[in-house]
Amino acid sequence: MSRLLVILSRFGQAVPTVFGILVVTFLMTRALPGDPAAFFAGPAATPESIAEIRAKLGLDRPLLAQFGQYLSDLAQGNLGQSISTGQPVVKELAQRLPASLELTLVALAFSIAVALPLGILAALHQDTWIDQLCRFTVTAGVSLPTFFTGLVLVYVFYFLLGIAPTPLGRIDIISLPPPHITGFYLIDAPLAGEWSTAWSALKQLILPAITLALFTLAPLARMTRAAMLQAMGSDYIRTARACGLSQRKILVSYALRNALLPVVTTLGMVFSFSLGANVLVEKVFSWPGIGSYAIEALVVSDYAAVQGFVLAMAILFVVLNLCVDMVYTVIDPRLKIDG
Amino acid sequence: MNRRDLLKTTSGAALGAAMLPFLKSTALAQTGDTAVVVIGNTINSLDIHRSGTNRPSYQVAVNVYDRLVSFGTRTLKDGSLAYDYDKVIPELSESWTISPDRKVITFRLKANAKFWDGSPVTAEDVKWSFDRALALGGFPKVQMGAGGFVDPSQFTALDTRTFQVTLQRPSKLALPNLTVPVAVIINSKAAKAKATAADPWAAEFLHTNPQGSGAYKVERWDAGQQLVYVRNEDWVGGPKPALRRIIIREVPSQATRRALIERGDIQLSFQIPNKDAQELASNNKVKVVGSPIDNCLYVACMNYNFDPFKDANVRKAVAFAIPYKQIFDQAAFGRGVPMWGAKSAKATTTVWPQAFPYDTDLNQAKALLAKSKFPNGFEVPLSFDLGEADWGEPAALLIQESLGRIGIKVTLDKVPGANWRTLALVEKKLPFLLENFGGWLNTPCYYFYWAYIKGALFNASNYDDPTVKRLVDETLHMEPSDPTYAPKIRELIQKAFDDLPRIPLWQPTLESAMSPRLNGYTFWYHRQVDARSLKL
Repeated sequence: MSRLLVILSRFGQAVPTVFGILVVTFLMTRALPGDPAAFFAGPAATPESIAEIRAKLGLDRPLLAQFGQYLSDLAQGNLGQSISTGQPVVKELAQRLPASLELTLVALAFSIAVALPLGILAALHQDTWIDQLCRFTVTAGVSLPTFFTGLVLVYVFYFLLGIAPTPLGRIDIISLPPPHITGFYLIDAPLAGEWSTAWSALKQLILPAITLALFTLAPLARMTRAAMLQAMGSDYIRTARACGLSQRKILVSYALRNALLPVVTTLGMVFSFSLGANVLVEKVFSWPGIGSYAIEALVVSDYAAVQGFVLAMAILFVVLNLCVDMVYTVIDPRLKIDG
Repeated sequence: MNRRDLLKTTSGAALGAAMLPFLKSTALAQTGDTAVVVIGNTINSLDIHRSGTNRPSYQVAVNVYDRLVSFGTRTLKDGSLAYDYDKVIPELSESWTISPDRKVITFRLKANAKFWDGSPVTAEDVKWSFDRALALGGFPKVQMGAGGFVDPSQFTALDTRTFQVTLQRPSKLALPNLTVPVAVIINSKAAKAKATAADPWAAEFLHTNPQGSGAYKVERWDAGQQLVYVRNEDWVGGPKPALRRIIIREVPSQATRRALIERGDIQLSFQIPNKDAQELASNNKVKVVGSPIDNCLYVACMNYNFDPFKDANVRKAVAFAIPYKQIFDQAAFGRGVPMWGAKSAKATTTVWPQAFPYDTDLNQAKALLAKSKFPNGFEVPLSFDLGEADWGEPAALLIQESLGRIGIKVTLDKVPGANWRTLALVEKKLPFLLENFGGWLNTPCYYFYWAYIKGALFNASNYDDPTVKRLVDETLHMEPSDPTYAPKIRELIQKAFDDLPRIPLWQPTLESAMSPRLNGYTFWYHRQVDARSLKL
């Protein structure tokens, strides 16, 4: 089967899953105890004004009719309008998803750059002080809550030392964001030739990315260490050693490549996990990301926004799993993906 | 003006914003004509009449639109500024007359009042805007109703500059209610050009494109991040604002907001927690202003539907068991106005809010409980809104501990924001809860109207008393100068003392931290940033 067909069939398989998620989210949001009509009727509502709002939001109609309406809107690419932010959900997701993705991707890049060498070193020097130091570092990283790490970083680098920029979102206080192309400032700004904006965006990104990276260090470093240990103890490494291959060749081409598979699997999980888990980082750094959007929406029973968020995440997961599977075949030619 | 022109001006404004020589660094932002203000919550609409518009968005109505009238400013004892409920001043109107029977108010609009697009403000615009507030329903309609404006036929445009309101009965609340954020005047021609059959009041358009005459225009709105105001040079509603540009940034994390103001990178951190206010008050790099919120009380409500609270002795026992001073120190951090321990059990003045004649006295509480039908105590959950946990949680814990000493076993029940309104205020089924209603219009009868009448939203206690109902009906619209007014209000306050459906804990303050160079910060009953008076 050609690769394209495989991809298409994988997407086909995902349709029932996504539909299931749609139904469950729809029912779950309706089962929330809060009443959005009462909430949005404002500070001095009367029963009549609450009823007016309920009718306006279409919440007085039977559940099945609401679901039908939701599906037909969805078919036209309309995820509805968030009542709490007053914006179309599609528009907000398009703005906030890239913000979260940019933060998460940069954080993961940091994390990989530190965790892989750390894990390899720890495996090569098992049970020495290097191993212990690595264990200490990652344990500390994962056990400190992200908002705490974030606040400490803000306190030290912004408040005390004054070298970090004001922790106010994606760009410094009065620069303008670059024209929207991909939504990733680090890509859009250079595309538009606005190098100072790119620099500003990068500066804003460093502290939150490090905060998130510290948190994701542990699973990656530990997994690298375990996989490396296993690989280093295997027969083919002994054979390679016996054949007198260079240490570098043994490490990189044979041990690491074999050890990467579980690391990539973990990476996929860590990625999806941190997309949702960076809410606290977003709050500390006023990052206009998707996590805080979803939390705000949940707190006020904003159905359209919650549904849109879950749908976007579901699709992202499907794509992500597919990507991870594709990466497998690149790392290990023995594996084939099939529909 | 036709649609093409309008498109041209709006896209021109957008283009202008994009091409503005935006300042390159924060240092430049502090040169005296730009201020950065941070808020903790998010602005979700630029149209206050739209359903779903949240409280933080009201500041847009304040700064971007004008009303017919406004309130003057008074200086409080600590030197800070606050609106003056007793002084109604012109905003878009130049003058007004009140008919002898006080049922007709006729406004004369300022001749040079213009909307941003240059078209004059006419009485038609006023009528359209008020009609819209009623037609779109929800909160704007309720708030308009508080001033006696319930029917569009009450509003008449006599000629282009003369607007008339006819009241169904005379009311002292009518004129003050025209100062509220919902009574804004919208450019009806610009809005109507965008109206459709499905959306006759142009709610979709005005949601993101304000069309006003106010002191500031919206230069940029990045929902969920920031709102940028730029001064309207042709404003006639009041003295020209000192600041040319004001950037409102949304910073959800309290700790980050505090770091920003302490570092001096921003000029105003609006509405800070009392704990921060207490700590920052001793920091000479930051100025902290705490303004008592008029007509607002943090109270413990006892629900009359809950059996033990039907017993007056139980309610009084609770009032004597509440550790007021401790709550004031640990939940309010000493910032607020004490509302307990009045010497006389009789209401002698009409000042509202005023201290209730109860203080912490566990022996008296025990004696009262012993006299009640529940001498051995009972169990009751105490609920509070998670959104108000900064004071609700410590207050609830202290009440729990103290009531435990007289045999009332209290469990804590934290309710998330969305559920709070439904459970506490709409269904009114929480037996014991912490509540924080404050009335916009600053008269005692207005507070009682919302909080002590059966069915009123904030009467979470389900209190129902014919005398109170009669007194509120009689006083709500009565002029304070009426000789029968003061005795009736004293009688109302006495009922609140004696029946105790709500036990006041303290009167809260609105705390803000600002750069010592920032002047003109003014407290308003709507508890929003008034950018117009700020100076650097």
